[in-house]
Amino acid sequence: MIQILDPGLLTTVQDCGRWGYQSLGVPVSGPMDRVSHVTANRLVGNESRSATLEVTLHGPRLAFLADTTFAVAGARFELWLDTRPVSCGVAYRAPVGSELGFGRRRGGARAYVAVAGGVDIPRALGSRSTDLASGLGGLGGRALRAGDRLDVGSTRHGPPMVSPLVSGTTLPDGGATVRVLAGPDFRLLTSDALAELTRNRFKLASVSNRMAYRFEGPRIELACTQGRLSTPTPMGTLQVPPSGHPILLMADRQTTGGYDHVATVISADLPVAGQLAPGDWMTFRVCERRDALAALITLEQKRALGPVAAGN
Amino acid sequence: MAQPESADFRITMTGDAAITVEFPPRIDPSLNARVVTLANHVRDRRYVGVLDVVPSYAALTVYIDPCRADVNRLWTILERGAARSGSDDESAGREHIVPVQYGGADGPDLEVVAAFAQCSPEEVVRRHTSRTYRVYLIGFLPGFPYLGLVDDRIAMPRRETPRVAVPGGAVGIAGVQTGIYPTGAPGGWRLVGRTRVSVFELTREPPCLFRSGDTVRFEAVGAGA
Repeated sequence: MIQILDPGLLTTVQDCGRWGYQSLGVPVSGPMDRVSHVTANRLVGNESRSATLEVTLHGPRLAFLADTTFAVAGARFELWLDTRPVSCGVAYRAPVGSELGFGRRRGGARAYVAVAGGVDIPRALGSRSTDLASGLGGLGGRALRAGDRLDVGSTRHGPPMVSPLVSGTTLPDGGATVRVLAGPDFRLLTSDALAELTRNRFKLASVSNRMAYRFEGPRIELACTQGRLSTPTPMGTLQVPPSGHPILLMADRQTTGGYDHVATVISADLPVAGQLAPGDWMTFRVCERRDALAALITLEQKRALGPVAAGN
Repeated sequence: MAQPESADFRITMTGDAAITVEFPPRIDPSLNARVVTLANHVRDRRYVGVLDVVPSYAALTVYIDPCRADVNRLWTILERGAARSGSDDESAGREHIVPVQYGGADGPDLEVVAAFAQCSPEEVVRRHTSRTYRVYLIGFLPGFPYLGLVDDRIAMPRRETPRVAVPGGAVGIAGVQTGIYPTGAPGGWRLVGRTRVSVFELTREPPCLFRSGDTVRFEAVGAGA
């Protein structure tokens, strides 16, 4: 069992997401950076889909109430196991009563804490992922609080990795360029608007969260902005609302949306997007579907991500 | 992967992890029935690498695991399915009657809608309860049904500024759409009443009262009913 001593800024339970219920209006949720989530799980010998703790910007402090193998991947934080400095990307054995503390953040925005056996809390609609907006999953559908206790599962997929440091996502350095595919409303972008979208840096606004990123930067003027009938919105959907300030939909996005959908971030570049913090910049580069698939296959081979969700 | 020229739909990739079938963008019961039929067909077959099948008004999105799904095969299946004349039979929905307390604290916008419609609040209630609505899609919040079409006279657009908190059970109008808030949430729909019917409950199987393709009638009841 793990006990939360201090939750940090925002720490939530996430697994691979709540797939299969979007037709009932239930968001998918899941990790903002899937690669680092899977990496943390691999380090401790879990299946790629086991539940981890997603840590945001300011890390938590937690106590292990039993001997536990754990690993942290994703954003680079100073870490201590009691008074001993430990590293991201390595599995450790924490003895009963020891405490894991997060210090300064050196890069990235989100780290994943995996424990051997996985965080074992009851599933809601097949998933342990916390969806903050609808209050589903996790512990009571909310962020973790001081005093919360989380069970650790007993089933293990394999032994912890003994290899040297295994990194998660290659972390952004103040910003990142992500590749996008033309979206269903791409044709509404005039050549000027497309130039604005692809030649400028967009700064992540402070109101950005797990649901969506909002940007400060140039306004994107569409040829017309009637909006569309509500249609499904994958993670990575780049919308342009009438204000002209683009919105990038992330893990906790609603299932459908009515703003013009000009582009979609490719799957291989979503993890780095998930590592951006407010104030970081983002640029968008249009690519072709074959580039998107090649990038994803490379990532799969390098990181052994495994299936996106269970049962398929 | 080209569609025949006569097709009234188009299939596109949405990003690299979703395939979308788009019909003409209209709120139309027969188009929506085709979407729902196609969605059920794809969902029931449980194809490898298909993560989620999501119908909306006039489009269907199939979410895939790009490294595991056979996109070409799915594309062909969607093309054939979309081209079939979507008969209502396969997607015949269930009928629901939803009792609603209109006006007062339960429907704070009833008077506003009456002013918009230039009629009495009673006439708004009569028009809202006189139609059988189709569940076109469920979205926005877990269990939130988009119902239509509302009588043009009372089809008042959304508020300019959404309310910070709308209570669960609130029944609202947004243009030709009407809907029920499953839980408390921010929202911009014009609230005409409230129901005690529980639209979404996690512990219920299925958790959602409605499915796309169902029909709903509202029934006016007195306070406390």
